[in-house]
Amino acid sequence: MKLSIFLEQIPDEGIAWWQNLASGLGWTLGTAFFAWIIAFTLGSIVGVVRTTDKHWLVRIGNAYVELFRNIPLIVQFFVWYFVVPNVIPAVKAWVIAADPTEFQFATSIVCLGLFTSARIAEQVRSGIQSLSHGQRYAGYAIGLTQAQTYRYVLLPMAYRIIIPPLTSEVMNLIKNTSVAFSIGLVELFFRTREMAEMTFRYFETFAAATLIYMVIAMSANRIMALVERRVAVPGYITGGK
Amino acid sequence: MGNLDFDVIGRTLPYLMQGLQYTVQLTLVAALGGTIFGTLLALARLSSFKPLALAASGYVNLMRSLPLLLVIFWFYFLVPVLVQTVMGWERPPQIGAERSAYVTFIMFQAAYYCEIMRAGIQSISTGQVGAAYAVGLTYWQAMKLIILPQAFRNMLPVLLTQTIVLFQDVSLVSLLNVTDFVGAAVKIAQRDSRVVEMYLFVAVVYFVLCYALSYLAKLLQQKIAIVH
Repeated sequence: MKLSIFLEQIPDEGIAWWQNLASGLGWTLGTAFFAWIIAFTLGSIVGVVRTTDKHWLVRIGNAYVELFRNIPLIVQFFVWYFVVPNVIPAVKAWVIAADPTEFQFATSIVCLGLFTSARIAEQVRSGIQSLSHGQRYAGYAIGLTQAQTYRYVLLPMAYRIIIPPLTSEVMNLIKNTSVAFSIGLVELFFRTREMAEMTFRYFETFAAATLIYMVIAMSANRIMALVERRVAVPGYITGGK
Repeated sequence: MGNLDFDVIGRTLPYLMQGLQYTVQLTLVAALGGTIFGTLLALARLSSFKPLALAASGYVNLMRSLPLLLVIFWFYFLVPVLVQTVMGWERPPQIGAERSAYVTFIMFQAAYYCEIMRAGIQSISTGQVGAAYAVGLTYWQAMKLIILPQAFRNMLPVLLTQTIVLFQDVSLVSLLNVTDFVGAAVKIAQRDSRVVEMYLFVAVVYFVLCYALSYLAKLLQQKIAIVH
């Protein structure tokens, strides 16, 4: 055990190893943050679409979810990173002009965002379907349009009910960011492996990463529990107490 | 797009199938080992002996908060050291990523199967446990003959869904240079500069297999009514 390794300077870099890991953590959280915005927006739209009475819309929504759920994440990364620029000339032109880090960051956000959106769509759909039909009819009965019924009646209930599974998805997203290592994004896992390989301090380095991931998981859990308590629907059984 | 050559798939199919065989093999072994170990973990979590319950839940929570990739690399360099210590050898044995992956996935998967089995065990009414004790069965007999068969049956669709996730997760071993299905495709894609063809092929194969398996899980769900 040699904990002082984290304070040692990286040869020719001018920063210490712990700073290198911290920068990796920054990329992990940044990627997860932007991917979550995409995932939550698209996931909500697809989830809602799958509960409407338009059969063709439901079909498209289902196909979307099946597509992203049945292909391993790393393969999706390869498709976005290697295949898409090769078959779409406009993307290729952008890739050549862009800085490689920018391209890796953008690819990771899009890939993780779409991958996670399919899972959120599934949660949103089951949240809406768990509500009694009476709520929808009540909305229509007081003269709301379908869009208004979703906006003011169904979604405010559904979102609050699905907070626990959404918590798991936030944590899955942060963990899945490590797969961006496969396309060279300098996130936390990339930095961990780099440090282990260069210092030969495998145990210390991986223990540090383990600790960081555990702290992230615990914080995400606490924050979501707080949110859950804040927005709890009176009369519904909720966790996070 | 004019110069795509999908014949490369035909030419390298035997090699790709070898990779797929490793993927399937690792999935099956990890599913079996993970179920056994996960069930034991679930029993430990539900145990009235507090230290055991605490240790089990600590293990499960740790595994579930870590990215699989980190766990894969942990075991990759930890397994040889552990074998060395246990066997008292002078240097760590050459185990290789192909074999250490079996240990990794059994241990990692066990944490996820544990939570499923725990839910399954808890779905059986406690009256059944009481009844088993009343007719004179021991704890292990009650579990083996009464509780676990029902828990397993109720949770079969969920276990299958988790196994489909496992089947996809196995692809991460390709980052340790293992020749699983994805690893084989990566190697050919790089050797022959055929990234587009290879990665599209892998995506399609995974999609077809996983879609078929999840359809099967859905059928199973309808067939197995929950027994209370």
